[in-house]
Formats: sequence, structure tokens, C-alpha cells
Amino acid sequence: MSNQLNQTESVIGWTRDQMAERAARDIPNGAYVNLGIGIPEKVAKFVPEGREFIYHTENGLLGMGATPELGAEDPDLINAGKKQVTAISGAAYFHHADSFAMIRGRHIDICILGAMQVADNGDLANWSTGAEDAIPAVGGAMDLVAGVKTIFVITQHTTKNGMAKLVKQCSYPLTGPAVVNKIYTDLAVIEVTSDGFALLELAPGVGFEYVKERTEAPLIDMRDC
Amino acid sequence: MIDKRIKNVKEAVEDIFDGATVMIGGFGEAGSPVELIHALIDQGAKNLTVVNNNTGSGHVGLAALIENGQVGKMICSFPRTANSTVFPELYHDGDIELELVPQGTLAERIRCGGAGIPAFYTATSVGTPLAEGKELREFDGRYYVLEKGLTADFALIKSKEADRYGNLTYNKTARNFAPVMAMAAKTTIVQAQTCVDAGDIDPEIVVTPGIFVNRIVMVSNPLQESKLVNEGRQYP
Repeated sequence: MSNQLNQTESVIGWTRDQMAERAARDIPNGAYVNLGIGIPEKVAKFVPEGREFIYHTENGLLGMGATPELGAEDPDLINAGKKQVTAISGAAYFHHADSFAMIRGRHIDICILGAMQVADNGDLANWSTGAEDAIPAVGGAMDLVAGVKTIFVITQHTTKNGMAKLVKQCSYPLTGPAVVNKIYTDLAVIEVTSDGFALLELAPGVGFEYVKERTEAPLIDMRDC
Repeated sequence: MIDKRIKNVKEAVEDIFDGATVMIGGFGEAGSPVELIHALIDQGAKNLTVVNNNTGSGHVGLAALIENGQVGKMICSFPRTANSTVFPELYHDGDIELELVPQGTLAERIRCGGAGIPAFYTATSVGTPLAEGKELREFDGRYYVLEKGLTADFALIKSKEADRYGNLTYNKTARNFAPVMAMAAKTTIVQAQTCVDAGDIDPEIVVTPGIFVNRIVMVSNPLQESKLVNEGRQYP
């Protein structure tokens, strides 16, 4: 079964929604959570039964709600990705210095980000390819990884060209050193430990060797440990 | 009698001088004081250093100020945004300087500037190219980078309500950088959607106390940047 699936790469493993849903399961009740742009935004759709999370968006809102209904959009109510959002009942607005005090001051429990590369010591690169002609843009990524207690990464396991994103050493400029705790890919859930990448869970139909081949750094099998 | 209200946006920005540092509120279009920026374009001050989170979009507001050749340097955290072509083109041609600052460091540098704190240490950017050349210091086993406070000659910001003393409230996430910029500038110029009498804003809900505000001009129906961009509008 798994061999058969391996031949059709596009259908094996978790979808983006399933990756987001899997990450949401690891967020404890009552957590203050900051969601990055892209797949991490999807996490908000998958709050497990019986839990309540408060979403922080660094441009100045605690209690970010769903996308507004058509016609109810407000250009003054946006998220860090500059998309129009809503505020939940019980939300709070604040200015940027307070917002980043929440981040830098270790008040936000979990931040979920995308990644270009993650190294097996937890180094994260997700803001620049370092290309000469690229316009550097960092936003709040460096503040978030330096300040938030727990950093989750949601990312495809490899690039579109099949290059490993889970590497021994990031070749792109770092967003922060040794900051990532857990990685949710389309293939697996992986923890960053003092011994390197540890596999916690495989997506249905995906084998350990298959993930190992697509991970540049060594991968320890920690399933059911 | 204290009355910080000014007749129109033209008078509000008339003393902004060549080479001035100007903080402009807003995160994307939310909180962007489009009418004050357009008045600054009409006024024509050049070689400005502008502090904003972004670099504007389309050909209106901040992007138009840059396109008009009035900005020599941008201090910002995220110069690339959807519909942002003006800054990238000038930057590629070497016609504008960029100081890239992490968003939270930018906010704190402005807050410190306004609070009389010359510099502060933060863990943000340690171990990255943005910490290169900056002083590092260890506190309790962790490294921090020294960042300097940021002040400005002028701040242009947008508020929801203002009273004649300059007390301000904001609308939702349009607040963003405005309260700290109001503190950090020598002259803070506000475009307010409504102007009310002293006492009409409950002191408990004032966000920016009037001491940080110098001029208020009422713009009751502000332009919406994204709408102008979608319509392909250009200023002037």
C-alpha cells in the first residue's frame, strides 16, 4: 500500500488543511497563539472540541476572528498579512509597542510559522533567500521567534523542486537561531530535540524511510517512545 | 485657550522641511493618513527620511510620496507588499536607501525615542544578518543586541476622534504605530475623522493623551487606499 502511494507523490501524505488540523491538536486550551501567513492561517479553522484559543495578530489585536462576511469588511480591521478579519466578542486592540511587548515579553504561548529551511538544531530561515537582487523584508518574524515560548513550523517537507527543507544547516539567512520546537509537514510530525530531528508521527500511508530520504539531517524514530 | 485644530491639511504640513525625518502611521492601508501625505506631496519637501512599516501600494499615499522623488531613505520592516511597485523599482536602481528593521524592534525604537530612552537591548535579530555590526551583550545567559531609539521631526498620523487638546482615540487595528509615533516626533500632526470639544472624549478611553499632539485637522471622509489602488488612481 505505502509503496503504491509513494509513486504518486502529489497525493501522498497530509493536505494543507490536514497539516493545520494536526498542529491545532497540539495547542493546549487557553493558549494565546500567533499565526503566520499562509498555511498557519488555516489552523484557526481547526480548534479541537472543548478548547478555546485566543489569536494574536501583531498589528494590534488579541481575539482575531474569522474572515468577514461579504459586505461586512472593514479596512481598519486587518491581520498581519493585511487581510481583512473580524474581532471576536471579548477582543482587545492595542498599539504596536504593546503588541510586541506581548511577543518579546514571552506572553504569547505559541507561534506557528512557515519555513524555507529548518536545521536540526532548531535554526529557522523564513524571511530571505539572501539573493543579491531581492528586496529584504522581515516584518515581525524575528521578533516572534525570539520572543514566543513555543515555535511550531508548518511546511511542505520538501521544496517544489524536491529539495530538503529540513537540513543540517540553513543556507539561507537565519530568522533566529535554535528557535523551532516542532515541525508539521505533509509527511510527518517532527520534534527538534537536543539530539536533532525526532520523528513523532507519520502521515497515513507514509513510511519512515520515505521521510528519512527526504530529510537532509539525520532523523531519529521516536514513534511511541 | 488651547486649540490645536488647524484649518486644513495644507496648513498642517506647510513647515515640513527638506531633509526632515517624518514618521507616517499605518500598517498597510489601516491607519494611513492619506490626506496628510497628499498634502505633503503638494507641499514638495524633499530628501525626507520616512519611517513606516511598509512602503505604500499603488500610486497613492506613501507610494506616491516616494514616486514623487521626495523620499531619500525608508526605515521600515516590510518594503514588499501586494501592489507595491514604486519602492522596489527605485531600490533596484539604487535611487532610495533602505534601513530594514524587525517590526517589533521598529515599534520599540520609536517608543523609546518618545520616552527619552536612547537605546535598549533585545534578543530579536541576534544570530541573523540584521544584528551584524551592532553591540551584543549577554544578560543571564542570553545574548541581546543594542538598538537605538528613534525620533522624528514630524509624525503624520490618523485618528478616529480628537478633541481640541489633542486627546485621541483610534479605530480598531488602524491604531498600530500612531500612539508611539505621536510620542517620538517633535511635531505630531493628526488627521481626525471627527473633532470634538474638550470633555467629549471620556478620559478613560483616551489612547493618545494630547501632550503628544501638536496639530489636528479634520478629514471627515478619508480616502480608502485600497479602493484608490483598485481603481488605478494616481496622485497627484
